[in-house]
Amino acid sequence: MKKIERKGEVIFSSYKRGEAIHKAISMKREDILFEIRESKLKGRGGAGFPTSTKWMLVSAAQADQKYIVCNADEGEPGTFKDRVLLLEYPELVFDGMVVAAYTIGAKNGIVYLRGEYEYMLNSLEGYLDEMRKDNLLGKNICGKEGFDFDIIIRLGSGAYVCGEETALIESLEGNRGEARNRPPYPVNTGFMGKPTTVNNVETFAVVSHIVIKGGEWYKKLGTDKSTGSKLFSVSGDCDKPGVYELPWGTKISELLEIVGAKNTKAVQVGGASGICIPKSQFDRTLAYEDATTGGSIMIFNEERDLLHVLKNFMEFFVEESCGQCTPCRIGNVKLLEGVEMIEKGKFTFHHINNLKELGKSMQVASKCGLGQSSPNPFISILENFREEIFNGNGGIHGK
Amino acid sequence: MLVLEKNEMTKEIEQLVNKYGFSRSSLLPILQDIQRKHKAVPDFAQQEVARLLDIHPVEVYSVVSFYSFFNTKQKGKNLVRLCQTITCDLAGKKSVARALEREIGIKFGETTKDNKITLEYVNCLGMCDQGPALLVNERVYSKVTPEKAVQILSEIK
Ligand SMILES: Cc1cc2nc3c(=O)[nH]c(=O)nc-3n(C[C@H](O)[C@H](O)[C@H](O)COP(=O)(O)O)c2cc1C
Ligand code: SF4
Ligand code: FES
Repeated sequence: MKKIERKGEVIFSSYKRGEAIHKAISMKREDILFEIRESKLKGRGGAGFPTSTKWMLVSAAQADQKYIVCNADEGEPGTFKDRVLLLEYPELVFDGMVVAAYTIGAKNGIVYLRGEYEYMLNSLEGYLDEMRKDNLLGKNICGKEGFDFDIIIRLGSGAYVCGEETALIESLEGNRGEARNRPPYPVNTGFMGKPTTVNNVETFAVVSHIVIKGGEWYKKLGTDKSTGSKLFSVSGDCDKPGVYELPWGTKISELLEIVGAKNTKAVQVGGASGICIPKSQFDRTLAYEDATTGGSIMIFNEERDLLHVLKNFMEFFVEESCGQCTPCRIGNVKLLEGVEMIEKGKFTFHHINNLKELGKSMQVASKCGLGQSSPNPFISILENFREEIFNGNGGIHGK
Repeated sequence: MLVLEKNEMTKEIEQLVNKYGFSRSSLLPILQDIQRKHKAVPDFAQQEVARLLDIHPVEVYSVVSFYSFFNTKQKGKNLVRLCQTITCDLAGKKSVARALEREIGIKFGETTKDNKITLEYVNCLGMCDQGPALLVNERVYSKVTPEKAVQILSEIK
């Protein structure tokens, strides 16, 4: 299998198994929290919530049990960086979980691995066994009196919405993966009603490096609001699809250059639930404050039909909506019908404009992130590519 | 289901409850093991899981019906799933799909008469850098061409 990875200065830099754990247990808990706050690390799962704030809340909560959950549900179309981390750098991810456990005082960790990644299960279990043998998991970890922690792996069963943290917790508890009302947040009432921190695979991997090298070092990279580096999963029309570690703040045009993309018409940033960026905006930067992404970058060249792309995305959302709330359950179906009308040339602009408005209502009225973001491609593709879709070539689709 | 089979199933589920613990949170792992072995979670199994975990059978059914990896109707011995999401789509999903359908004479969503193979679509498998991606049971194949896909199928037992 040909593999393309661009090693960056942080995540893919050299690391020895257990290093972060040894360092962490020599530190005070507050000092670890301080370093992570200094680093200004934000969650890598997409939502970008400050990791230190989440950990501080769980750490401050009073409870007899606390949980660390690693979100390895990686279901956003176009994202595969967690796959690479888990297969090739499990030490970074698991050590990060142990550091989190030490910091917030948790005894149990759970990895929620998407069902589609079952092929990794044996090697990951084997790796955890190794850690137990070396006392990186278990009782009195690395000789630290009273620091007990272990990790189990639980599989998903093919539901994208279970990547949403409260749906994930529902699924762990043996229920349908339906998002909960928030508040209360998992930091107070998480798994089994106990304080729980849910973090992305990459977030834990970054923590392992920050503990060793410090927050000051980390925030030298990236921009002021988006510190450090990020793993980008690049796919679509380019010579070198793969996982790239690049500092936040990299321009889309720079990324296209690096991955060898030619004749690019559009870049979908943030997966199916992200936005579609046209050529005229390729000088925008990848950052939380500009074009943000949990890692997914999909490249489309001049030959691609963006209406076809949009249809594929909307089919995805219709299938994956959990159906709990009306804006998302019905809304996505309506948006898909709209795309099909355009495809057949049987639409009115009046109706399409209404659907865009419906999309905006879904963004505010849906219960969880799925319905809140599923109108993004609909709105951005029909706005940014309206010439092509409605008027282009005398109206390919404008018949 | 024959009485003998029922007894067998009950014993199996008792073992699973022992393995994962008597707790609602064991529900998914238990169902996953049943699905893996029997290629379905039959009605009787759902009732037994409910009884042994002391929850209502409707609760079990609601979970089984929610997740796309569970099904009540028996699937083939081997599950062949092709990614239908955009990157794989643009990389040639359609021609792979057609080749598979032609070769084994069923459509997506169907099972062969000898119960050997079920063909299905799935959403993004996290292999978008190497699409089209194909999942055969737990194993993943990348950069699948029509010919390669048929070759993979012919190796299935
Ligand atoms: C529909 C939906 C799917 C999501 N899928 C994932 C996922 O696969 N992996 C992930 O880490 N976060 C996912 N998230 C974000 C999580 O809800 C949550 O914000 C994240 O796991 C928190 O970890 P972080 O702070 O480290 O990013 C998803 C959110 C939504 C709304
Ligand atoms: S927004 Fe969609 S996925 Fe989220 S709770 Fe509502 S119906 Fe379910
Ligand atoms: S789009 Fe097929 S694996 Fe991601």
